[in-house]
Amino acid sequence: MALQTETKLNAHREPVIRVRDFVATYDGRTVLKDVSFEVFPGEIVVLAGGSGCGKSTMLKHMVGLYEPAGGAIDVDGRNVATVAGDERHELLRSFGVTFQGGALFGSMSVLENVRLPLEEFTNLPREAMDIIALSKLALVGLESAAGLLPSQISGGMQKRAAVARAMAMDPKILFLDEPSAGLDPITSAELDQLILDLRKLLGMTFVVATHELASIFAIADRCVVFDGSKKTVVMIDSPQRLRDQTENPWVHAFFNRQRPEAAAGKVPVIS
Amino acid sequence: MWHVEDQKDQSEVRASGAPAGRALARVEVSGDGVRVHLRGRLDYGTVGEVWGSVFGGWPSGAHGGRLDVVVEAAEVTYCDGAGLGLLVELDRRARQQRGTASFHGLAADLTRLLERAVLADPAGPPVAQRVRAIEYIGKTTSLMLADVWMMIGFLGELVAALGWAIAHPRRVRVADTLLVAEKAGANAVPVVCLLGFLMGVIIAFQTAAPLRRFGVEASIPTILAISMVRELGPLITAIILAGRSGSAFAAELGTMKVTEEIDALTTLGLVPARFLVLPRLLAAMVTTPLLNLFATLCGLIGGYFVMLSLGYGLPFYVRAVRAVVEPMDLLQALFKSLVFAFLIASIGCLRGLRTARGPGAVGDSTTRAVVAGIVLVIVADGVMGVVFFYLGI
Repeated sequence: MALQTETKLNAHREPVIRVRDFVATYDGRTVLKDVSFEVFPGEIVVLAGGSGCGKSTMLKHMVGLYEPAGGAIDVDGRNVATVAGDERHELLRSFGVTFQGGALFGSMSVLENVRLPLEEFTNLPREAMDIIALSKLALVGLESAAGLLPSQISGGMQKRAAVARAMAMDPKILFLDEPSAGLDPITSAELDQLILDLRKLLGMTFVVATHELASIFAIADRCVVFDGSKKTVVMIDSPQRLRDQTENPWVHAFFNRQRPEAAAGKVPVIS
Repeated sequence: MWHVEDQKDQSEVRASGAPAGRALARVEVSGDGVRVHLRGRLDYGTVGEVWGSVFGGWPSGAHGGRLDVVVEAAEVTYCDGAGLGLLVELDRRARQQRGTASFHGLAADLTRLLERAVLADPAGPPVAQRVRAIEYIGKTTSLMLADVWMMIGFLGELVAALGWAIAHPRRVRVADTLLVAEKAGANAVPVVCLLGFLMGVIIAFQTAAPLRRFGVEASIPTILAISMVRELGPLITAIILAGRSGSAFAAELGTMKVTEEIDALTTLGLVPARFLVLPRLLAAMVTTPLLNLFATLCGLIGGYFVMLSLGYGLPFYVRAVRAVVEPMDLLQALFKSLVFAFLIASIGCLRGLRTARGPGAVGDSTTRAVVAGIVLVIVADGVMGVVFFYLGI
């Protein structure tokens, strides 16, 4: 079965991320295997699947935090696990990453968190850095929390601040781990629109690990669907096709928000 | 409407980073406002210098400070987050000076992004409030007094918990207590013995030279025995306990506080003082006097090796030690250890339970637990020393 459904848009483009025969282990236990997919420039790819299926593990390997047990992950033609020295720093600077818990630096204010990459990697005047950082916070609706410490804001606000920090330097690729989990529907929808706007305006590529169906349908060009029981990717396609046309009962159930038994017609669907 | 009164600046900037690009900014100041012409690529490489040329000589505004800003951006070929920041600042400056900003020729996407990125409050970035010295002193004093008050309350709570444990011994969490006793007590035996031994060797050596000059080196066991049994044994043990277990208690309970486990316990109807503190307190109070015995014994053994090197045998050494160490000295030392253990364990647990939010909070609690534990031990040692003296013990 061909996993990859190539869109016409991607037919003649070079992928910006290429995952080949990827294997991940944890304490000697295989958690993901035989994973292969590609992400093209300007694309929004969602890593989807149930809790514990390996989405975050995949994402952390893609940003070079862990070394794969097998296969390779190339970003911009460079293997993220083996690239070293200045080339590694350059590659890492082209990423923006947000983590599930936000991972803001607790000793810095929200504004300082967002300003940190600007201080490290640009020669802009301090005033410009402050305004750029504030504008990023305004984009995620957090301008009023700029002077607060991460411990003084809610979990949802911390996530939005983390997104603002991740896009401080307008990275080419933004990796978001469960960005909308814990957010109210309005904020979540605003975040989805922000992702679409940033992609359109800045041509950013997004890899988003999430299981929020509303977000998936709002933003995803393609979904890489992980099945925790099989420890691998079972389908790659647009969310609409996965919802309407897939024959895989588990994937159909996931994208139609049903129990797998219900999707397979074994029990009545309770709506 | 607009006329060029003063061409403030014109700059052409090469972008320093890839991809290479150029940005051009021209500012025209009129009686009513400012017209800013932007051209080229506005990115992180070019915006720095454009920023300086646009805002370097920013006018204060006419007619009571009101200033309108018109931005001509039709020739902007690329705009990233830094360029967006420039546009946001132009809008902010206009509103700060009671004017409005209008942007001409912006791409539709950029306009939409700008609408979302403009600052609600034109006051700009928050300015950190400088704390005056008198305010700082007042606040710190108030916090310290609150801390002391809290400590007294907590000690009362612990005494009540101990009373409850005596009244209901079967309901004490024995498994937890034994686990803590193993970690805080049994696992500390090697380090307590090592430090006790070294302390004995050091004291014997340090006293040997001056005493030898007066021909009274035979008094070394007397000095060593009194200092090790009465003071150094309990103190070394207490300091190790503060560093190992006081900090561990604060970190464990602090992490539980941060992860809301303490809140979960409370909502389950369990009392943290009984459930979490009591096992730690009992374990520390049982094991510390025993550790003290190990430290003292090893100190005396260390002293014996020094005496051996000076030509004195074991029978002489044992006789000399037994001549000065009385059962009351040992009881006194054990009592001290008991008090020290109570203080260190309770302050460690208190700091853990009072951990604030945030990742640095656990570290702060741990530091405060160790420092406060050692300070309390020394203070208590001094107080007990005076009390024992007046009691003639």
